[in-house]
Amino acid sequence: MLSVFLCVLNRDLTLALRRRTDVLTTLLFFVIVVSLFPLGVGSERELLRLLGPGVVWVAALLASMLALERLFAADYDDGTLEQLLLAGQPLSLLVLAKIVAHWLLTGLPLVIIAPLMAMQYALEATAIWVMMAALALGTPVLSLLGAIGAALTLGLRGGGILLSLLILPLYIPVLVYGAGAVSVSVIEIADTQPYFALLGAFLLGGLVLAPPAAAAALRISME
Amino acid sequence: MKINWFKYAAPTAFYPLAGRLVPVLAVAAAALVLFALYWGFFETPERLGGTNPQKEYYRIIFIHVPAAWMSMWLYLVLAAWSAVGLVFNTRLSFMMTNAVAPTGAIFTFLALWTGAFWGRPSWGTYWDWDPRLTSELILFFLYIGFMALHSAIDDSRRADRAAALLAIVGLVMLPIIYWSINCPDPNNCAALHQRSSLTDIESNILTAMLVMTLGFWLYSFAAAFARLRNIILLREQDSAWVRTMVDAAGAGGPANAGGGDALDANRRGVSA
Repeated sequence: MLSVFLCVLNRDLTLALRRRTDVLTTLLFFVIVVSLFPLGVGSERELLRLLGPGVVWVAALLASMLALERLFAADYDDGTLEQLLLAGQPLSLLVLAKIVAHWLLTGLPLVIIAPLMAMQYALEATAIWVMMAALALGTPVLSLLGAIGAALTLGLRGGGILLSLLILPLYIPVLVYGAGAVSVSVIEIADTQPYFALLGAFLLGGLVLAPPAAAAALRISME
Repeated sequence: MKINWFKYAAPTAFYPLAGRLVPVLAVAAAALVLFALYWGFFETPERLGGTNPQKEYYRIIFIHVPAAWMSMWLYLVLAAWSAVGLVFNTRLSFMMTNAVAPTGAIFTFLALWTGAFWGRPSWGTYWDWDPRLTSELILFFLYIGFMALHSAIDDSRRADRAAALLAIVGLVMLPIIYWSINCPDPNNCAALHQRSSLTDIESNILTAMLVMTLGFWLYSFAAAFARLRNIILLREQDSAWVRTMVDAAGAGGPANAGGGDALDANRRGVSA
């Protein structure tokens, strides 16, 4: 089981790293969206400090959603996906491997570059740490949930717009608690632990439930 | 006596049954709604609440609360039929999901809309990011997403199954919506909405509200069945029983001929 998981993971990572622009465009999209807000709303430090957590989270949501289309699309086009469905291995495991690869390529870079973005918004050091931790817990949930939507909209015309309509409502709890953790960390007496507990619960629940759901969605889309 | 539980699972058998039920349900729904409106306007106190009562404008509760209840309940119905469809692979279950979704979306919209009108006099604002308003809005998006996904897929079998799976995935949001409304501990929930309490409400208000809910419920049945009949005809248009029925209706007189022509036109459109 583990070797199958690692094999798919390795394959997806290798393929993506041979076409690095795809990975970089997601990251640049994130950076540009976050940088646009101060130009639009003004650059007072107090205002930015207030807006920062939400803006970074919304940008992360949009960036990971834009990248979702690529999760299955290339494999769908060249027929690899059919082979994965026919393989004698549990499909949810293969899907989980693809999701993990997808997160390593789109979610993890966002977590790493987030401190830089947070500094644009004049956030304190503690808030920056909280933001990184919240993103590290939250972005995998985005990839997991998004995989279901990506599988459902596979090969449809206008799939990208439709995908956002299906998936963004489901992203809302992650956004609320992810941004909430960062906002709360600014207040000295407030405790961020409940937020992390909830984000962790989302992640565990997603890890268990999302791969089978995405696998079922793939079977529906491919039959 | 042996009951055949699956007799009405066949569209052929359900179509005439729905046809007989729709007028009955519709009339009963209208009667109950009218009664509830009368009771709500004339038999209830002028104020709601104790220390800081709401004046006449509280009467929007008779639409708002039943609509909000129905919006959640119908999503549960939608998800349940989706699950039945995916498990037993019955055509009628999927048709039922498609028939229920628009009604659910309408009730969700109604709850939001009446809520805005109620919020203006009581809170001083049409919209606030109160957890209940937000979660009801998410519910609305879930309904829209279901219908959008279904209509985006041309192959009806794939559309049915994909939308059903989405409805079940969306079910994870329902507890969040439910508990944002019925918060377990009001001290932990910063919300404009008061805690809902059916027990301390004035009995005439409660009567009007519950009768209205029943009326909305029957209306949902009537609307869903009426829509279901159309969906059955569209989906089964190539089957023998629909052809015979339409031909008979066409021969019956000019008043009924339109149905057959429309179906023929639709059929040509599909095959073209």
